[in-house]
This record gives sequence, C-alpha cells and structure tokens, in this order.
Amino acid sequence: MLETLQHLGNLLNIPNFIALLLGSIGGIFFGAMPGLSPTMAVALLVPFTFYMNATTGLILLGSVYTSAVAGGAITAVLINIPGAPASIATMLDGHPMAKKGEGQQALYIAFVGSLIGGVCGVLALILLTPPLAAFAMRFGPSELFWVSVFGITVIAGLSDGRLIKGLFGGVLGMLISCIGYSPMLGEPRFVFHDTLTSGIAMVPALIGLFAIPQVLDLAAEVHLQVKKNKYTPKKGVFWPTVRRFREWWKTTVLANIIGIIIGIIPGAGGQVAGLITYDQTRKLSKHPESFGTGDPEGVVASEVSNNATVGAALIPLLTLGIPGSPTAAVLLGGLLIHGLFPGPELFSKHADVTYTFIAGMLVAQFFMCGVGLLFARFSHAIMNISNLIMMASVVILAVIGTYCVQNSMDDVIVMFALGLLMYLGIKAEFPSAPVVLGVILGPIAEESFLRGKMIAETDVGVFQYFFTGGINLLLIALSVGSLAWGLYGEYARYTKRQRAEAACHATTA
Amino acid sequence: MKKAILFCLALVLLSIGGVALAAPPYPSSPISLIVVYTPGGATDFQARIVSMPAGEEKYFGQPIVIVNKPGAGGMTGWNWCVEKGSKDGYTLVSYNMPHLVAQSIVSKPSFTVDSFEPIANWGADPAVLIVPKNSPLKTVKDFVEYAKANPGKVTVNGAGLYVGHHIATLQLEKAAGIKLTYIPEKGGTDAFQAVYSNKVMSGFNNLADAFRNTDNLNILAIADTKRHAFLPDVPTFQELGYDIDDASVNYRGYCFVKGVPKEAIDKAAAVAPAMFNDPMVVSKMKESGSPLLVLNREETRKMFYSQKAKLEVLLKDLVKK
Repeated sequence: MLETLQHLGNLLNIPNFIALLLGSIGGIFFGAMPGLSPTMAVALLVPFTFYMNATTGLILLGSVYTSAVAGGAITAVLINIPGAPASIATMLDGHPMAKKGEGQQALYIAFVGSLIGGVCGVLALILLTPPLAAFAMRFGPSELFWVSVFGITVIAGLSDGRLIKGLFGGVLGMLISCIGYSPMLGEPRFVFHDTLTSGIAMVPALIGLFAIPQVLDLAAEVHLQVKKNKYTPKKGVFWPTVRRFREWWKTTVLANIIGIIIGIIPGAGGQVAGLITYDQTRKLSKHPESFGTGDPEGVVASEVSNNATVGAALIPLLTLGIPGSPTAAVLLGGLLIHGLFPGPELFSKHADVTYTFIAGMLVAQFFMCGVGLLFARFSHAIMNISNLIMMASVVILAVIGTYCVQNSMDDVIVMFALGLLMYLGIKAEFPSAPVVLGVILGPIAEESFLRGKMIAETDVGVFQYFFTGGINLLLIALSVGSLAWGLYGEYARYTKRQRAEAACHATTA
Repeated sequence: MKKAILFCLALVLLSIGGVALAAPPYPSSPISLIVVYTPGGATDFQARIVSMPAGEEKYFGQPIVIVNKPGAGGMTGWNWCVEKGSKDGYTLVSYNMPHLVAQSIVSKPSFTVDSFEPIANWGADPAVLIVPKNSPLKTVKDFVEYAKANPGKVTVNGAGLYVGHHIATLQLEKAAGIKLTYIPEKGGTDAFQAVYSNKVMSGFNNLADAFRNTDNLNILAIADTKRHAFLPDVPTFQELGYDIDDASVNYRGYCFVKGVPKEAIDKAAAVAPAMFNDPMVVSKMKESGSPLLVLNREETRKMFYSQKAKLEVLLKDLVKK
C-alpha cells in the first residue's frame, strides 16, 4: 500500500486542502462539544458530501473523525467533562493538571499524543492491512467477551484505592446499562417508566455522571472563592513539554499497540482503548500513586491510544466492509454514496480515490495537531471564566449535548437524575470512573456472552467455546494478570498504611 | 431612498394582508422527518438521499429535516410519534416494514399499523440467505438437509430481534420443517462479520449489502416473490419449492400519524412518489447500491395490511401474554 505516498500530491489541490482545514477545525469543535460525538459529527456531514467529489468528501469525513476524537480532550482537560466518549481517560489526569495551572501543557501533550497515535494508526492502515484484517476476523463473541472482561479489570485501577466502592460502582454502571429492552431476548428490563424503554444512552449517562456533580461542587464552593487563580498563557513551555515524550516512549508504544488492536476489533471503540491503556500504563509505572493527581503520562496513554484507533478502525472497513468502530460504520455511508463499495475493488478500480483518502488521513493528523495546539495556546481564556458563568455554561452545554443525541427531552431528565445520584455517590466517596466503565462495557460483555452462549449450545458447549482458542486464552491470562496486579497494589497500599499507622501510634505513645 | 422605504413598507403590508386573507397552502414551513434509527444506519442514510430534493417547488417546496429518535429497534421513536408527535402535517415519520408490524404484534407498544397513515414507499430490501465462501453448504437443499439431520444445530444470524431477517428465519423453519437457532446481532454489518469469520454458520441479511460482498459470501436464495435485478442468478425460495413469500422484505417509506389534516396527506401523497423517482434520487440510490421501490399511497396501504395479515399468522406463537 505504499502507493499512498504517490497520492500525497493529489492533496495539493484547493478543494482537498480546504476540506482538510475545515474538517480539522470543525472536528475539534465537534469533539469539544459534549454530546456531539465523532459519530454524530460524521453522520451529520455525510449528506453534505453528496455534492462533493468522492475524494474531497472522504477527506472531509476522515479529518472530522480524527479531529473530533482528539478535540474531546479540550473539554476533558479544562472543564472535566468528556467532550467525546473517547476522552474519558484523558480527564482523569488532564483535569488535575489544569487545576494545577498546567492546562496548557496538558493540551499540548494531548494533541501531540493524538498526532503520534493518529499517525501510527494510519501507518498500520497503510502497511499492515492484510494481516490485521485477517486478525480482526478472528474476533467472535467469545473473544469480544474476554476483551470486555479485561476492560472490567481496569476498575481496580480507577478506584483510587477504594476498591470495594469502585467494584460497587462498576456493577451499578452495568445495571444502568441493562435498562431498556434486551437486545438479545426482547424483554423489557427495569422499565418502570416509559422514558426508559430505549434504555439509557451512553452519552447522556457520561454527561450526567461527570458534569452534574462537577457543577454542584462548584456551586457549593462558590461563596468560598475569594480570589480566583489567574491563569496566563505561558511562553516557551511547548518544546520542553514535547521533549518529555522521550521519557514516555514505553507508554507511547504500548498505547499505540493497544489502540490499534482495539481499533480493528469491531464492537469496541476509542473509549475502551483509552481506559485500558491508561490502566496498564499505571500498572507498569514506577510511580502509580501519581496517576489521578495530574500525571502527564496518563494523558499520553489515553490520547495516543484513542487516536490510534481511528486509522485502525478503517482497516476492516475498507477491506471487508466491517467497520471497526461506530464512527467507521457511519463513514461507510460516505463511501457508499459515491458508489465506492468496500473490498478489493477499492484498491484496484478506485485506487485513486482510496489512496488519496488514506494519504489525506495521514495529513489530517498534522492539521488536527496544528489546530489543536493553536487552541491550547488560548486555553487560559476558559480557565479564567468566573465560576458562576462556568456553572451556567456547563449546565447549558450538558443539556444541549444530551438533547442532541436522540432529540429527546427524556434523556435530559435521565441525565440530571444520574448526575444527582452520582453527586451523592461522590459525597460518600464512590469514584465515578468505574460507574462509567460499567456503562460502557456492560452491554458489550452481556451481549457477546449471550450470543456466544447461544452459538456454543448448538456446537461444542459453553465451557469449551469460551475457554479454548489462542486469543481467548491470551485474553483470560491478561485479565487474570491485570486483576492480580491490581489486588497486589491494593494489598501493598494497605500494608503500607498499616505500617504508617503503627509508626504513628509508636511516636505518640 | 424614500421611495425604497415606501416600497418595502408596501411589501410588508401586502404580505401581512396576504396571510390574513387566506391560510398559506401546505407546507408553509420546513417539515421534519422522524427517523427511528441512528444517524448513519441504512434507513437514515436512504431517508437523507430521498428527502434531498424536497425543497424544490415541484415537490414539497420546503426542505425536509431529518430528526433521529432511535432506540429499542425503532419502538421508541414510533411510540413517541404516536404519543407526543404533532399532528399538524409537519412531522413525517419513516416506517420500516416488517419491523413496525412485528413489534406491534409481539411487544404491545402504543402503536399498531392503524396508528399510521401511509404516504409513499421508497425502498424494498429483501432478505437473502448467506453462508461463508468456504461453507460446505452450497445450496438451499444442502442447507435444509443438514438442518434436518442436526435439528437446532444450524445457527442463522440477522440484524436483531423481530426484524426482516428474523422473520425470514421463522418462515424458513416453517416452510422446510426444520429447527434453526437464530442469533440476533447488533446490526447488519455485525451480522456479516460473524458469517465471514465462520463464527455463525449462516445468516439472513439485506440483499443490498450481501450483493456488495459476494467475494466473501455465497448467496443461496432470496426471500421474496421474484428474483432481484442486482442478483439475477440467485433463485427465490419459492422457485426452490419452499413457500416463503415477501413478508420479510424490508420496506421503507413515509407515513403520517393518524389525525393529520387531509390537505397535508393529499399533498404529501401526491408529491412524495414523484420525488422518490427524481433522477438525482434514482442515481444516488443506484450508486450506493440501495434498491429503490416506489409505491404510491394506495399501494403502500395495501402493503401495510398484507404484511400485517401475514405476520399475525407467523408470529402467533411469539406474542407476549
């Protein structure tokens, strides 16, 4: 697929260039708006590409996709709401950094990380498509189930030392995701009011669980705020920040590998990649306790891997017509509308369009990074907004973002209800991240388990179906390892605290 | 300058007078079209194509704006339209047969077929039986014989519960006297992946999508009453001696909720079929491999009730008490 390079020149005409530029600016904006997810952004733009030529249209969609995934970091870092589902893990360390006055650095890291991840994802698309497409096809219900189990082991890492409460939150998240008609059996579950027939959509849940407690907390403190910190743009922090990527090379490599693998698997998107990478990075880190308090490495992990999923998600899409992510599924519409059917023909008969599109995806990463960095330079403006105005704007964004998803006022009510519940939960020291993890992974785990069970019962039996096969065994091993590591960390922390307490008693006695 | 101001004033007065004298003809403002699936899905995608020329004078003369209300396989959106949707003629609803009928029979939502006023149909996508390229089952005969020898052991997947693919599976079970295991997937493309990768032995899927993927799949038969122009070599089940009619064909089109003013219904029913046959729509649908089937109001109504009659018999055993 090195033909891609020969098509780089095709990008130099004016419409393609404008598509790249507008796509990147628009994508970052879409990404930063909570509720306007990358999937929604691409879906809304597909009809506009009817009137463009195929190449320009696809470049526009591709650059919006990639920028929207990265743009979510802005809201995640600055106001602690995931702008796009993929930026949940970015928030965990990005926002603490912003609170310390390092918001600008956090965003520089996020966008440079997104660039690295994005470029690696597209390189995987260019260089490794045949083997990776074949690999993606080995993922069936049992493999997907174990991927989600592996994701669930992340809970231990997201609980900030409150493992039991974290697990409780994770189960609560899964129960929330069960609400509505079961997609496998058609039975209504927890539908005690009509509002809940379609279940709780992921984006309203995310906004409610993160944004509402945030606003209530701000409201509670508003009278205490005598003098607000004034943030000023710092000069000369860009290169020192970027140079630190040399220390983070291991994290970057790991994030790319996880991002690309999760990207090609149909059924799991950038949010799963970001969370898994974040947790694994923390486990492999020499200073795991600094994660969650504004460790830039956490931002690197999340942003590199969520953008690495973008190029990778196109691998099964272009070769087999199987989208690797929900956004890629919508992008399929953009291909079809121009009569481009996925498959070998895309790389022979329509090679010109396809390779120019892939080259465009590569260049789009740089545009995304450029626009993002420009934005980061002025991010202090948002940090300096007074708390009162901030509260009001967050609520407005939350309501609009939630309403946009399904044009439904019911969702807005659900969002507020979940937000209030989470506020009480946070007061009782329940961390919110595990709840969200449950909401995201619950349906994947449940559906793939039931589907696998149905298939297994006609065939080899449930046990053999889930517990044989190389990928299954590898994933089980990884899950057990991850869980054991998490428990060991908890135990180590517990004994350390015991010792500290003992020492404390000894000195006072 | 003065003259220009006077002229403007006169225009304003005239237009106010015009409104006061007679109600403007329908439609006087943009119309929304409720699509009950997510943006980017096949129904949404096609709805956007066929509604594009709506703004032209010879059609509605007003743009049609797509509003997505997804959830529970379409039930959420249709429920909303019947319970809370406006009946002023400015809210069109997209229907999917047989999903709408099947859900109204099985799950007892707030709507039935009688809650809707058919306007026009734009598309029809029959279900086809697909197997992986390397499957030993090369014909429907092989398939049925294998299933007879191994009752319940043959897995068939489709895009979810009570959609056309599910209906086709039930019909095949009945017509051939076999027992199959139906696996509902998240959507059509997920179902394809499971078949390609041999995780599931076979599937019923949309003809349009299967037609684009013949490199990886074998298409055994079409669940419709006649062969399809996209796949002239693939036989129908009826030709092969299995009594399967068009009850599972996925029809898509416009309808209103009952109670909309007659003027709006008449206007929409008059222009919608012509709009679906607009050369731009026809070419875009063709390029994207989406089969077009334009039916007028009467034909659509007939289709609604014939589907209802067929599905009531077929789904009798599945109805929830």
